[in-house]
Amino acid sequence: MRSRFHQGLDELRARLLRMGGLAEQAVDRACQAYIDRDLARCHMVLEGESQINITEREIDELAFDLLAMQQPMAVDLRFILAVTKINSDLERVGDQAVNIAERVMDMVELPKADLPVDIPRMAAAVSAMVRRALESFIEGKAELAQAVLEMDNVVDRMKDEAFIVLVKSMNENPDVTRQALDALLVARNLERVADHATNIAEDVIFWVRGADVRHNAGPEEAERQPAQLPAQQSATETH
Amino acid sequence: MPEKQTAGSTTLPPISLWRRGKNNFVTFAAMAAVFLVLLPLGAIFAYLVYKGVGSINWAFLTQTPKPVGEEGGGMANAIAGSALILAIASVMGVPLGIGAGIYLAEYGQNRLGTLIRFTADVLNGVPSIVIGIVAYALVVLTQKHFSALAGGVALAIMMIPTITRTTEEMLLLVPNTVREAAYGLGVSRWRTTLSITLRTATSGVITGVMLAFARVAGETAPLLFTAFGNQFWNWKLNQPTAALSLQIFNYAISPFDEWHRQAWAGALILIVLIVASVSAVRLAASRGTLKGAN
Amino acid sequence: MGVGIQVENLNAWFGKTQALRNINMTAEANHATAIIGPSGCGKSTFVRCLNRMHETIPEAHATGRVRIGDLDVYNGTSAVAIRRRIGMVFQKPNPFPTMSIYDNVAAGLKLNGFREHKRLDDIVERSLKLSALWDEVKDNLKKKSGASLSGGQQQRLCIARALAVQPEVLLMDEPCSALDPISTGKIEELIFQLKESFTIVIVTHNMQQASRVAEFTGFFLLGELIEFDKTEKIFTTPSDKRTEDYITGRFG
Repeated sequence: MRSRFHQGLDELRARLLRMGGLAEQAVDRACQAYIDRDLARCHMVLEGESQINITEREIDELAFDLLAMQQPMAVDLRFILAVTKINSDLERVGDQAVNIAERVMDMVELPKADLPVDIPRMAAAVSAMVRRALESFIEGKAELAQAVLEMDNVVDRMKDEAFIVLVKSMNENPDVTRQALDALLVARNLERVADHATNIAEDVIFWVRGADVRHNAGPEEAERQPAQLPAQQSATETH
Repeated sequence: MPEKQTAGSTTLPPISLWRRGKNNFVTFAAMAAVFLVLLPLGAIFAYLVYKGVGSINWAFLTQTPKPVGEEGGGMANAIAGSALILAIASVMGVPLGIGAGIYLAEYGQNRLGTLIRFTADVLNGVPSIVIGIVAYALVVLTQKHFSALAGGVALAIMMIPTITRTTEEMLLLVPNTVREAAYGLGVSRWRTTLSITLRTATSGVITGVMLAFARVAGETAPLLFTAFGNQFWNWKLNQPTAALSLQIFNYAISPFDEWHRQAWAGALILIVLIVASVSAVRLAASRGTLKGAN
Repeated sequence: MGVGIQVENLNAWFGKTQALRNINMTAEANHATAIIGPSGCGKSTFVRCLNRMHETIPEAHATGRVRIGDLDVYNGTSAVAIRRRIGMVFQKPNPFPTMSIYDNVAAGLKLNGFREHKRLDDIVERSLKLSALWDEVKDNLKKKSGASLSGGQQQRLCIARALAVQPEVLLMDEPCSALDPISTGKIEELIFQLKESFTIVIVTHNMQQASRVAEFTGFFLLGELIEFDKTEKIFTTPSDKRTEDYITGRFG
């Protein structure tokens, strides 16, 4: 039934996954560029930005079309709304990757400073969050999304620690102020990426459970008890 | 250059001369059939007018028959007598017929209904002389004289099957949605049947009544042993009464030319009166309907 | 003012075939409740059981309790009396074909013995205004027959006719399915206004109509009431998988 509509939904899902891949790749590249002080990678990030923007537009157009022409209801409607929001968050992730790359490009021109801040560890955590958020979307599993929400606290703490440490460095050693500031900005950009990953996870929960868990409203508070997802059901049927 | 064909188009062969010829022939045959059917009708009417119109005068329409041999006289009493007998027949036959039709349509989807329908169809086919004899046995022998009443009874028996069947059919034609609308308003079933269903089927029911009326108006055999005929005026229900069809019959088989002349005139008057009364009822019924109603 | 409808353990049969199984439902006063479901699910049968129209079909019967306000539909009063307090509008507009517009609206009153002829004019006018038909027909009330109006107008005439007897509840069995979108829109507007004075139960196979018009929705399937809830919940996060499958078009 409604095969054209379901093809549209599949296409929307595929495009969003592509978008996710592009965003994840941009973040990973930017972080790797920081670690390796690699200008070439920075340029790749900057060049990849336009593709992300194009894909964002394509996704919005398809979602709009499906809403207008197919009168989606219930889970399908939640899915399309979630996709548009995740789309927007992924585009911002791309922007943050660009910001990180620009910071790296600035840092590379300065002498290397030994800062007591573990950006790579933070980057790994944030990257994992993004990956897990996208996984929760692919699998349609609210538990995976829930795990992402919990990881956000960890990243926030890391950012606060980085702030304290870097300010101390700047006070003790004014020569490394610029490098410290760059590092601080990178930390902040990473923290923002983590926020976007959290948003993506909240949107997945909304889609799957019909529960609005944004702004820390727990899923227990959401009274809605939606039916099991068709994707999950077909997965269980193959047992 | 190959001809550009749009997707899925097939060229049909043009309509052949043979098919057109067949079409025209059948149309012509149908029209010829209509003509052939109307021909005897027209011939009868034309001949009646030709033979009868000359004898219709004021005397004919207002006087009673004169004794044999005398010139003049008329069929006034026969015209009046026919009207009386038909009135009696209608008063008995129309309500009974419509009532039976209502029963069959609204409540008659059962064995009793089938029995009634069967009886009506059989009654329809009974020869009119047999009905006359039955009426004779039932009414004339009981009353010990011929009467307009007996004639009315005989004609009523003939009217009922037609009215019943037509009423039933017309009521069944009323869509069930109309009945439902009435039920939904809390109207009881019998009230719905009378005020809504019957009212919707009115024009059809009237047609049925008119059909029955026109058929019995000209019947002669059932009146032979019931109304019997009368040379004089009679308004009493239990006395022999003149009737136009009877008068025509008696005059036509007589040996007198004078009476033959009057028989033609009578026949013409009979046809004219039947057509006039049916048209009058139709006109009155259509005046009562609204713009746009069927 | 409208009244609420309570349905308890309603079962209905056509001869030996069971058409409704154990229906329990409440329709709120002065709200519209939509009944949706695939063909043959029993939604029309259900609504017809509310005013005992179900019984007009031979060999059809129903058990259970239906309360409309303080009226116990199946216990006590005759079916005919019940139907005078409940208005019904059908799928195909069915004005009385031989009656004028005026007579159509007045039919429910006249046929039930209403005698105050002087008040009839006011009642007819009020009913036609309530159903948004007055302006279009006020010059031709007694001259035009009910059947000479367009489809959408005929349906509004039927609504006026149902409203003239001042029921507290209005039952509508797919009222717009035979109408074009503009007439449908007018009638949906009408339902909004009517909700202030009446309680409405509307059967519809058009889910978008249910979501536009009704605060509550019940989903029927194979004679059972699968889910009943606020319309927005049914259409955004239904609880039962069958409801969701129907709404998202995954079956029938």
